Amino acid sequence: MDFRLNEEQQMLQDTVARLVRGEYSFEKRLEFSASELGFSAGFWQQLSELGLTAVPFAEELGGFGGGGVEVQSVMTELGRGLCLEPYLQSVILGGGLLSQTGNASQHEAWLGGVASGELKVAVALQEPQSYYDLNDVATRAEKSADGYLLNGRKAVVIGGHCADLIIVSARTSGDSRDAAGISLFAVNPDSAGVERRNYPTIDGFKGCDITLNNVQVSADALLGSEGDAAAVIEYQTGRAIAALCAEAVGVMEVACELTLDYLKQRKQFGVPIGKFQVLQHRMVDMMSELEQARSMAILAASVADGEQSDERRQILAAAKNVIGRAGQFISEAGIQSHGGIGMTWEYNFAHYAKRLVMINHQLGDDDFHLAHYASRLQAS
Amino acid sequence: MNMNYTAEELAFRDEVRAFLDEKLPADIAAKVKGFRRLSKEDHQRWQKILSAQGWYAPHWPEEHGGVKWTPVQKHIWDEESSRYGAPKSIPFGVSMVAPVIIRFGSEAQKQQYLPRILNGEDWWCQGYSEPGAGSDLASLKTRAVRDGDHYIVNGQKTWTTLGQHANMIFCLVRTNTEVKPQEGISFLLIDMNTPGITVRPIITLDGEHEVNEVFFEDVKVPVENLVGEEDKGWTYAKYLLTYERTGLAGIGMSKAALSHLKQLAARCIKNGRPLIEDAVFSQRIAKVEIDLMAAGISNLRIIASVEGGGVPGAESSMLKVRGTEIRQAINDLARRAIGPYAIPFVEEELKLDYDGEFLSDKDAAPLSALYFNNRKLSIFGGSNEIQKNIVSKMILGL
Repeated sequence: MDFRLNEEQQMLQDTVARLVRGEYSFEKRLEFSASELGFSAGFWQQLSELGLTAVPFAEELGGFGGGGVEVQSVMTELGRGLCLEPYLQSVILGGGLLSQTGNASQHEAWLGGVASGELKVAVALQEPQSYYDLNDVATRAEKSADGYLLNGRKAVVIGGHCADLIIVSARTSGDSRDAAGISLFAVNPDSAGVERRNYPTIDGFKGCDITLNNVQVSADALLGSEGDAAAVIEYQTGRAIAALCAEAVGVMEVACELTLDYLKQRKQFGVPIGKFQVLQHRMVDMMSELEQARSMAILAASVADGEQSDERRQILAAAKNVIGRAGQFISEAGIQSHGGIGMTWEYNFAHYAKRLVMINHQLGDDDFHLAHYASRLQAS
Repeated sequence: MNMNYTAEELAFRDEVRAFLDEKLPADIAAKVKGFRRLSKEDHQRWQKILSAQGWYAPHWPEEHGGVKWTPVQKHIWDEESSRYGAPKSIPFGVSMVAPVIIRFGSEAQKQQYLPRILNGEDWWCQGYSEPGAGSDLASLKTRAVRDGDHYIVNGQKTWTTLGQHANMIFCLVRTNTEVKPQEGISFLLIDMNTPGITVRPIITLDGEHEVNEVFFEDVKVPVENLVGEEDKGWTYAKYLLTYERTGLAGIGMSKAALSHLKQLAARCIKNGRPLIEDAVFSQRIAKVEIDLMAAGISNLRIIASVEGGGVPGAESSMLKVRGTEIRQAINDLARRAIGPYAIPFVEEELKLDYDGEFLSDKDAAPLSALYFNNRKLSIFGGSNEIQKNIVSKMILGL
């Protein structure tokens, strides 16, 4: 048994780490976040030039067919920098959905662009009433003469504000919350009837809600076969969960490093506050949570690109549950150990704390995944 | 054992309700209930209404404008005003510096400052914490050096809540460096308009400007602004902190926040059903409601002991810890209730006069920011770690 990265994987992680260290200072991140685009076009370009946006794609697309561990290496380092680029949305989730469902001409049209970073994809699976249940789809897609007519509302599409292509889930048959009858469509955001309400997020990203009002798409906008998207969505969001867990570990690492550093530097009552046992134990608890999270992120990465099974489902649900709880604990305990300074905009810790809590609101929170895990519990 | 209100107390509660029904401005109550930001003007408007009623400073002695409410009456006021969505009075003047002036100040200070607090002319802020003196407050370094009939003040205060609105600040300053830290501290009243004072905003993680740094550079303060005796400020500071701690449990505010949470959870949808019917979420709410029930009774027990002539002691520290944890738990659940909509931060919806379409629930916009902002509850007013130190030392003798 060996949990170490191999030489190539280590080189990959080191490459991303160097890039993030060089380009993503805390001050620069605040500027990227405040800009209209909401991230750094230059950094995105560099990710592309180094082939990093192509990591999970096949070699003919310029990638190196990376799996869960390679994605984990990239995402952890992007997490350490609190990077704002749409890697998770476009490369992992968008690219994954296109790869799994698309036909040859759809791959031809879009996958190369996703792998090179030129085409930014956003994924619109949630709805105002759906909470975290991606089968709760009320948006309708009705067959029309030239394809489909889409009507409905999609919620909290991170990266949707600047996406060149949006993958939308819509119901072609069945009732709300049925797994059967969900289809995926590739929608040009400039189409008539697509209305985006853009907003910043509390953790510094940008996104939008999307209203689809009689949006006409052609028949070849349909991704995969009609009504069969639920399983694809489940599989690909599983890959995204593994990637998000890896990102969260990177965020937690820095949050713990900053807190530990503060406990050693900050003096009260004539000694570093790290001399106080209550703070020592809390710091140990934070590190334990980080290690639990790291273990689950590794486990999640190991099944991310494997075949779908109940075991894979359970592992991914368990991982996201642990990450959600650990993230909130490290966020809250870290703020408390810092005192007031941990809550200030000018100090980077606060931004790590916010990201950790918001990761719990992406792709299902700890309660959501606990319930799913519990529903599949076996007696033996 | 009798846990019921007396007939007089019930009559008082009716009087409070009638007053709130009639006088609490609806726009202000809507802001408080929806966790929107209150402006300086909102606070001042409500302060004037309370003053006109004679209820702005109920805990003061009658000769200075107080009304001699019993501890139970104060509790009734706290419960009812929170339930109605009345703003909490900014405590720095009426509840913090005023009791110190009343107890330790000169006759001239009482004449000068107390009426101005009552009628809202002065907005006070607190100059306690410093960059190097937080939990270890006694290590504060801001110096005041006597020079004829003035002190010359140099140094820096921080975490000064709403200092941007204030025209007065009460400060702990070091007047003697030769003695033990606690013995060389004095309590000074300083006009914020004195040359040499600079206020710099501190923006918190939710983007809010609530706290400030205050810099003092050769600030001349008349010696008559010293409260009590020179070098005795630590005694006065501790007296004030006891006052501060008693109100920090925030039971009334937690009850209001819980009621808000339950209404929210009844509107949010999960699996096609109201979230409040969800097995896991309803248990989460139930647990915090039960914790609050227990803390509410603990609060009443402390109130009853004071009513009988006792002094609230270290029990209020325990209640501060529990009360703040409960409020934070309620804020956590409100953020969880809105699911993915915890992520967007739609600032325009924080304004009360927002007349556009709400992104999701009408109350969703402030909830994540509120959750993050209220991490302060377990940090300020003596961090919860410091409160536990007090309990272990004062009650347990450890």
